[in-house]
Amino acid sequence: MQNILEVKNLTVNFNNEKVIDNLSFNLKKGENLVVVGPNGAGKTVLLRTLIGMIPFEGEIKWEKDVKIGYVPQKILPEKNIPLSIEEFFNFKKIDSNQIVKALKSVGINDLSVLKKKIGVISSGQLQRILIAWSLIGNPEILLFDEPLSGIDIEGEETIYNLLSRIEKERDLTIILITHDLSVVYKFADSVLCLNKESICYGPPQEALTPERLSQLYGGEIKLYKHVHH
Amino acid sequence: MFITNQFLFSLITAIFVGGVAGCLGSLMLTKRMALVGDALGHVALPGIGLALLLGLNVSLGAFVFLLAGVLLIWFLEKKTFLPTETLVGVIFVLSLALGFLITPQPELLEALIGDISKVSLLDTTLSIILSIFVLYVINKIYPKIMLASISEDLATVNRINISRYNLIYLLVISVIVALGVKVVGSLLIGALVIIPAAASRIFSANMRQYIFWSGLFGVFSCVFGILLSGVIKLAVGPLIILVCTLFFAVCLILKKTHN
Repeated sequence: MQNILEVKNLTVNFNNEKVIDNLSFNLKKGENLVVVGPNGAGKTVLLRTLIGMIPFEGEIKWEKDVKIGYVPQKILPEKNIPLSIEEFFNFKKIDSNQIVKALKSVGINDLSVLKKKIGVISSGQLQRILIAWSLIGNPEILLFDEPLSGIDIEGEETIYNLLSRIEKERDLTIILITHDLSVVYKFADSVLCLNKESICYGPPQEALTPERLSQLYGGEIKLYKHVHH
Repeated sequence: MFITNQFLFSLITAIFVGGVAGCLGSLMLTKRMALVGDALGHVALPGIGLALLLGLNVSLGAFVFLLAGVLLIWFLEKKTFLPTETLVGVIFVLSLALGFLITPQPELLEALIGDISKVSLLDTTLSIILSIFVLYVINKIYPKIMLASISEDLATVNRINISRYNLIYLLVISVIVALGVKVVGSLLIGALVIIPAAASRIFSANMRQYIFWSGLFGVFSCVFGILLSGVIKLAVGPLIILVCTLFFAVCLILKKTHN
């Protein structure tokens, strides 16, 4: 299968300090890569470097003309920023049918949300809106940066169930940053443990050993392996 | 009231410039550049001084200096990674000092608080054409800059060249500040850009309302300011800003009592 992304010897410096050190990995089309690591390990920096926001050394090779969707950890809105969610979607120059479709695919059926200001909705709902927004235009790969704090989940479906469903429906490739190790087993084809440098990389069952994890998080960590049914 | 051609020229110029300044201000406020308009007004001062000294058009002189200032800020921002605010701050005080040195004493007041009572037919026509042009450009760049101000990451993923749009944006600000210094002067142009937007922001539920009311407050402030000046015979520029601030205060009070 074809590689959608190849990263070779990637190094990122902030003020002469290495934030990402000599990182290499590949991602095949349709694969899911989950990135785990402690706070400040460079996970968000990695995603922002991949989309071209941060200068780097080494090589980042995307498949030609690849369409990227990005769900950032947070966006700026102050509470009273005068921008409705409908207008936020209209930045993408689409018709209202497409907006409705995108909202439905992330489990939002109540369209009154479109009239609300983007700064006043709950963080869980904002997460869904951002996913819907990123899916418009049919990206081939989705970069998803999970918020630090657990987000409030509305309804039955968790964000991960949602992502699994979307991934199957749309044949997406996903790079997901998470703090939730249980997600790795449910979701990942491969896992990348990042703490500035790559601590482990490979299929989760092989790569995520207790030794690697304690090396990654610098101490004891309890790991619950989720048994697949 | 006896309406002369001169009075009509002033009124029409102020309506166009005030309206567009208001719209542009709404964008500056979302970009958290509230004080940039203010600072740029000061950057214009040496240009105004020079124009007055040489008997040239005030807006033209202002525009040349604004252009130089804006390009310098844009360039330094890319090269030094300092916040725009810091750079603007430095250039702003430098210009102010130069402006005071250059501007002839008798004309200093006009440079600082504006004098719209002398605009010619040519000035008025130019103001109308340039205002409409700027409005057209704002309309084009607004969504891109708004998106970038919410999240530069999202804008970049959507292939928006943020740096290019920032430059266009700074250029249209220069045009409006150059036109506006004639109406309210270099000291007060910042207020004409920011206060209408600040008032509109208090109650706007979305971007469309926000832009519309920012522009309308700009227009109303200029109209009432000029009419008021006709009645009580005080300087137009400061009166326009007073009316502006009154709108802001009323919006704030209505919002408080409404809650």
